[in-house]
Amino acid sequence: MCNSVLQVDVIIPTQTKYLDLIGSIGEHIAKDLDDFSGDREALAYHLNLVLTEATTNAIKHATLMTPKDTVRITIHIQDNELNIKVYDHGQGFDLETVPLPDFDQPKESGMGLYFIRTLMDSVTYTKKSDCNVLEIIKHL
Amino acid sequence: MKLKLEKMNGCSVIFIQEERIDAHNSGELKEYILHMIEHGEINIIVQLESVRFIDSSGLGALLSGYKNAAAKSGKLALACCKQQVLSMFELTRLNRVFEIYTDLNEAFENEA
Repeated sequence: MCNSVLQVDVIIPTQTKYLDLIGSIGEHIAKDLDDFSGDREALAYHLNLVLTEATTNAIKHATLMTPKDTVRITIHIQDNELNIKVYDHGQGFDLETVPLPDFDQPKESGMGLYFIRTLMDSVTYTKKSDCNVLEIIKHL
Repeated sequence: MKLKLEKMNGCSVIFIQEERIDAHNSGELKEYILHMIEHGEINIIVQLESVRFIDSSGLGALLSGYKNAAAKSGKLALACCKQQVLSMFELTRLNRVFEIYTDLNEAFENEA
């Protein structure tokens, strides 16, 4: 159970040097959660990873379009639900067509979304008129 | 990417001196390992003791090194993984691809 209420809203340039910052925010949130009875260290790593992967995806998509673009990341916790939204301005992609990694013939890329899907409870990607939103939910 | 290269017991040991391997520095690591292999250093051990976080691009960089070393009949092994870093290899089944040693002595016993 976790009764915290928290809202974080960050906008970063589309540069990978900010991945550490974004991942660290997730790690700190996990370590400071009130009334969380699960494995706090594991949650900290997983939030760091999921935020890093989601932001990397958004940076990659955006950089192809406009190098001076920004990525917005929001983290909201309420009623035992952690909600992450990552907004990008790229062309977008179809989440349903992203395949699982081939574990017998592993490739160097394609593991990021697998991590997000495996470690979190729900992942959706919505294309809107002015941006795309990757929404990730984890029940605490 | 801060790292140190040492020749030990016939192996090229890369000591990663970063706490974090992600998309910001994994490209540099991948290129560094590729450059080593192109120059004939094909028996590589990557010492990950300082690394407390690795993402999918970091795993990809190491997998690239593994494949390129194997293509030249060499090997890239890992040593001194922290538990949470090791769990990323387990989650992606890459622990079935890489030899992962507890410490460098164990790595040398098996790889040198």
